[in-house]
Amino acid sequence: MSLRNRELASLLAVGLITGCGFASVYIARRQVVSASSLTYGIFFLCLYLAAHLVTRRTVPHADPYLLPLGGLLTAIGVTEIYRINPGDALRQSYWIVVGVAVFATTLVLLRRDYRRLESYKYVSGITAVGLLALPALPVIGQTVNGSRLWVHAGGLQFQPGEIAKLALIVFLAGYLREKREVLAQGRLKDLGPLLAVWGAAMLILVETGDLGSALLFFGIFLAVLYIATGRALFVGAGVALFAAGGLIAYDTIDRVRLRVTIWLHPWTDHAVYCAQNGKLELRQNCASYQLVKSLYSIGAGHFGGTGLGEGTFTLTNGAPVIPDLKTDFIFSALSQELGLIGIAAFLLVYMVFALRGFRAAMTVDDGFSKLLAAGLTFGFVLQTFIIVGGVVRIIPLTGITLPFVSYGGSSIVANFVLLAGLLLVSNRAQSRQLS
Amino acid sequence: MNDRIRSVAVVGMLLLAALVVGTTYWQAWAEGDLAAKQDNSIQLVAQFKIDRGAILAANGTVLATNTSRQVDGQTFYLRRYPTGPLAADVVGYSTQGHSQAGLERSLNDYLTASNANLHTVLTKTLDRLTGKTIKGNSVVLTLRPRAQFIAQKALDASCGAAVALQVETGRVLVMASSPTYNPNLVERDFGAASRAKANCASPAPLLNRATSGLYAPGSTFKLVTAAAALDTGRFTPDSPFYDPGYCVEYGKPVYNFGLEQGGPERFGNVTLAQGLEHSINSVYCNIGKALGARTILDYAKRFGFYSTPGLELPLDEQQASGLYDHHRLFFPKHDYQVDPGRLAFGQERLGVTPLQMAMVAATIANGGVPMKPYLVDRILTPAGGVLERTKPKRLGRAIKPETARELTTMMEAVVTSGTGTNAQIPGVPVAGKTGTAETGTPTNTAWFVCFAPADHPQVAVAVTLENQTGTGGQTAAPIAKTLLEALLGRTSS
Repeated sequence: MSLRNRELASLLAVGLITGCGFASVYIARRQVVSASSLTYGIFFLCLYLAAHLVTRRTVPHADPYLLPLGGLLTAIGVTEIYRINPGDALRQSYWIVVGVAVFATTLVLLRRDYRRLESYKYVSGITAVGLLALPALPVIGQTVNGSRLWVHAGGLQFQPGEIAKLALIVFLAGYLREKREVLAQGRLKDLGPLLAVWGAAMLILVETGDLGSALLFFGIFLAVLYIATGRALFVGAGVALFAAGGLIAYDTIDRVRLRVTIWLHPWTDHAVYCAQNGKLELRQNCASYQLVKSLYSIGAGHFGGTGLGEGTFTLTNGAPVIPDLKTDFIFSALSQELGLIGIAAFLLVYMVFALRGFRAAMTVDDGFSKLLAAGLTFGFVLQTFIIVGGVVRIIPLTGITLPFVSYGGSSIVANFVLLAGLLLVSNRAQSRQLS
Repeated sequence: MNDRIRSVAVVGMLLLAALVVGTTYWQAWAEGDLAAKQDNSIQLVAQFKIDRGAILAANGTVLATNTSRQVDGQTFYLRRYPTGPLAADVVGYSTQGHSQAGLERSLNDYLTASNANLHTVLTKTLDRLTGKTIKGNSVVLTLRPRAQFIAQKALDASCGAAVALQVETGRVLVMASSPTYNPNLVERDFGAASRAKANCASPAPLLNRATSGLYAPGSTFKLVTAAAALDTGRFTPDSPFYDPGYCVEYGKPVYNFGLEQGGPERFGNVTLAQGLEHSINSVYCNIGKALGARTILDYAKRFGFYSTPGLELPLDEQQASGLYDHHRLFFPKHDYQVDPGRLAFGQERLGVTPLQMAMVAATIANGGVPMKPYLVDRILTPAGGVLERTKPKRLGRAIKPETARELTTMMEAVVTSGTGTNAQIPGVPVAGKTGTAETGTPTNTAWFVCFAPADHPQVAVAVTLENQTGTGGQTAAPIAKTLLEALLGRTSS
């Protein structure tokens, strides 16, 4: 079977799974959702087939599993969002249409040679910093859950950090490809521009108060730097640098200290000061309310899960158990309904996607493509780790999106661009091998 | 460069694998701990997805049932109490915001079908697999709703309690606590439910006074003293006493009742039986001195004092009766630790529940054998079959049958010609004992304990009223009489 036919077959399977998912939500929640939910499966199938036709024309030799895996994650996300709130699922679907359109546009524009991006590396770097600075600006910047991550303009909201991440990876890939030999010698002056960009990015991140993004950006930076130079020393120094920065942040930024406290001690036996209402409360009823409720949700899933549509997300009076369920805590919603078996399979999809991404990075023959694909893939993995790791209490919780799954337009669009990037790289790798 | 990409890929895979491990920890390892957390709203809400079993009175009157409500596509079964405040302090409540109380709390496992009974486990698993709503087991109580209603109404605005037991079995026929509350209000307006106007300083409607209210028993405790006196063989009903209106303890006179009402009563030459009939403190004071505190308390123990009554209610909603020292149950190691004279007529530091005094009366009525009191008659499966049925249980022997007979005769005299004449029922011999316990305030705790018919006892009753100016014979006896009438009328029909 040719690569694209394999992709088509996989997409048909994804369409079938999506149909089953929506059908089971419909069966479980007949009283509140309409039969129109069953059309979602067909809608996604058509959307994916359209995307497939684009890949057939633009990247015929690309990896056949990346698009179906991304499509599967997106569909799982929309199914769960649909189960939580059908209206949000509709809005999310619009964004997926936009995402697929941007995906197609990216492929069409860059189908001949995406490597010309390399010449725009400094533009990319500046764009990344600019985008990251946007939310910190007055008027258009918005604080959501204590983090200035959002830009609000003309009725539309988006998180520029998601796009900035891609731009930064392009910059890192281009810059490090060029400078990797020099850098490998470890001379200080060559690190200047790099440290400058990193410093600026870190400053802005501290300014916006979101440590999850800081960790994500710095992690991507270290990974790409290591692949380019092969110097473990850089990684060691970087980790030390970040740890020092983290300690300073812990000491100086209340928000960071609170996050760490919540992470280490979500439950208290006695009442502690609650900043939200100024009274003494048990921490699980105040600062760590969301995290604790999210853990209850995960635990309630047990081995087999409650089944799609059967989970408990609302109290008997209709109030939500976890306030930010569809964004930060979509993982705990899925954990409850899919159970350990389902959620392990779900995480396996992320693993396979990442392996295909790293495979593209290894098979392609030029430095820029290698760094680009590895950067994109590692960014994808690290982002998943930071949000899910926060939800399952491996690390302090910070509010970033779960790739392809969380509710949010900017995240969906950015991840489809990431997908397009990986397809372009794998297409090049395969066609070079064939020729 | 590929080996470095491979290293980064390995790191990436390890990060994702850590997520699988983390999730496994919460879902497989810590799952039980999470489920047991008090603020686990998901577990709490899950309980409301179960069609909780009903609670019924002995005649089938529904005391607690469910209304189903659709919230976000899910059916929740929320509690409704059709009879409102009737037996609220026994049945309790089950809500989301204020958790649970009463039988709703202690029988939660049965009501939610989580009890470890093979039949229940099978039905529940089958329901779960087929996606059906899990139905809880229903509970049929021993309470008689009409008598319960009459008791609740008779207590009215007084703070107090009334308990009626079936003599032969220990079934609790009536358990009324006043003031009481409307359990339907608890979820919506807890403040309103926990507030009440009543004739005492702290009305506390959520408190089940029948099992948790500790009162000085006053002269009703003379029954225990008399039981000890007769059963030990040290005295007979005809043992003579001289009553000068007081008895001497620690070199000081301890006066009979009525010191404030124009000098203490004075009876002169009397017998032990007459001492009970007219509730003469000096007689019992002297018996107490003769027997010693520990002997009296040993007999009290046999009647059930010093242990919780073992009702199906939550343990923290029932108190053991006995001497209390600094809010702690206290049994003296030596006789000198307790004032035996005052103990003998029910003062000292005695704290006694109305249920305990009803048990004393029921034990005498039952020929000296105390029965374990119980509220749950049977548990029914969702299909209506009997899952469990409570069997009456004897709690050893408190006193000899002839002691019980002698006490019965003495108690009959109390009602025919003594302090308890207000409890007389035409055509039915009633045995009773009044009590008017001093509380250190201008008002008293009024008591009446009794059983009837005296020749063939069926029902034993205890009535307690706080903050009374009248005596037990004046205030509590009429209520006990009404209750006896209601219960005997029903049992004989």
